[in-house]
Amino acid sequence: MIARKELRDFLVIGAGFLVVFFLPVERLQSMAPLPGPVWEALHLARWYAREHVLLCLVPAFLIAGAISVFVSQASVLKYLGARANKILAYSVASVSGTILAVCSCTVLPLFAGIYKMGAGLGPASAFLYSGPAINVLAIILTARILGPGLGIARALGAILFSIVIGLVMHLIFRKDQLAQAANAATVPEEGGRPLAQTALFFGSMVGVLVFANWGKPAESTGVWHAIYAAKWWVTGAFGVLFAVVYFSVLNLRKGETGEWVRASWGLAKQMLPLLLLGVLAAGVLLGRPGEEGLIPTRWISGAVGGNSLGANLFASVAGAFMYFATLTEVPILQGLIGSGMGKGPALALLLAGPALSLPNMLVIRSVMGTKKTLVFIGLVVIMATLSGMIYGAF
Amino acid sequence: MKVQVLGTGCPKCREMEENARKAIAHLGIECDVEKISNVKEIVSYGVLMTPGLAIDGTVVASGKVLPVDEIVSLLAGAEGA
Repeated sequence: MIARKELRDFLVIGAGFLVVFFLPVERLQSMAPLPGPVWEALHLARWYAREHVLLCLVPAFLIAGAISVFVSQASVLKYLGARANKILAYSVASVSGTILAVCSCTVLPLFAGIYKMGAGLGPASAFLYSGPAINVLAIILTARILGPGLGIARALGAILFSIVIGLVMHLIFRKDQLAQAANAATVPEEGGRPLAQTALFFGSMVGVLVFANWGKPAESTGVWHAIYAAKWWVTGAFGVLFAVVYFSVLNLRKGETGEWVRASWGLAKQMLPLLLLGVLAAGVLLGRPGEEGLIPTRWISGAVGGNSLGANLFASVAGAFMYFATLTEVPILQGLIGSGMGKGPALALLLAGPALSLPNMLVIRSVMGTKKTLVFIGLVVIMATLSGMIYGAF
Repeated sequence: MKVQVLGTGCPKCREMEENARKAIAHLGIECDVEKISNVKEIVSYGVLMTPGLAIDGTVVASGKVLPVDEIVSLLAGAEGA
């Protein structure tokens, strides 16, 4: 049953999308003498609507919703418990953000729980850093808009350095051992499903996403071009695989499909308005790549161009304090790169930005105290700066 | 009877609170709804994944928003106990 409220919200968002999709920006521009950056914002919004919503964002929301409904969070959480194997705890903490933190609001309670009642400060810190950084939606959009290089670098950087940060936090504070709580944390109940089924299910969806978006390569011969030429066949094949797995192989619980749709729609409803705001802001402030916004290009290339220590450090620190609603870091970074930001500082901003902000530093401080929080922030800034400098040198 | 909704304030936690209030209204019972947004307090309940729901201090669900009818049966069960 679709609630009237949901239908109304869907119509509003759908209508908004169509308006932006068909916006006659050029005609409006010739009619009204508004400042350039306003038109840049509208151009950018229309470009996002035309190029990225249907083929990239919609599948991404479906995949993220599927993760929150079909993947057993309990089976992941047990690796982060008080009696878990420590090596596993760090590894799981560094990647589990994709599964556990699909909704980023859970990151702070999870962090606090792992710290006080689970595997301890090390794995908790690793999770705190990587969780927001390897958010599924953010990685997909990063790869799509900023290129697979930055997407992969962001994911790998987040995972690798979260383990480093976790271990360093553990080493520095190893004498502050917290008494583990007598009762283990409550973990949500989940029905089991064979791993192979879940893997096939997600594999088929990722296949559709990757091949539907396969870009046209520069050369017109060779493997990459052959794949590009056949991309809709491959996408279709993955689509068929998905249908087979979903309708015949998975044993769906009653209402699971409805839960999936509701979860995906919930995420879309939460994030699309914020993404639109982020796109408009990036358009006004920075302009489309190659155009000017309110902020002069030379300020950007002066502050964060190239790959110097200063540029990477500035990007890391700015990212650490700035608040980015999930996904908004992508259009902002696109604008910055288009205005002259180097790819090293760009990665630094991607790694420090989503994980920290001034408001959430205060919450973290209330959980682990000022000293540990300051060390954590310092480690994030150092790791982000280093990652940026290494990536920028490639 | 008192119901606690645990969450940091995102749409899912608000939905859980709304559903809890609807469930209480549906059953017509006397019941307070307490919203717990402080992270440390949430953890003290033993909840790792928000949103969470507790009845009289005991956690009955965590990890996702419960539909109204599920909360109704949980409350009815607790009321009868």
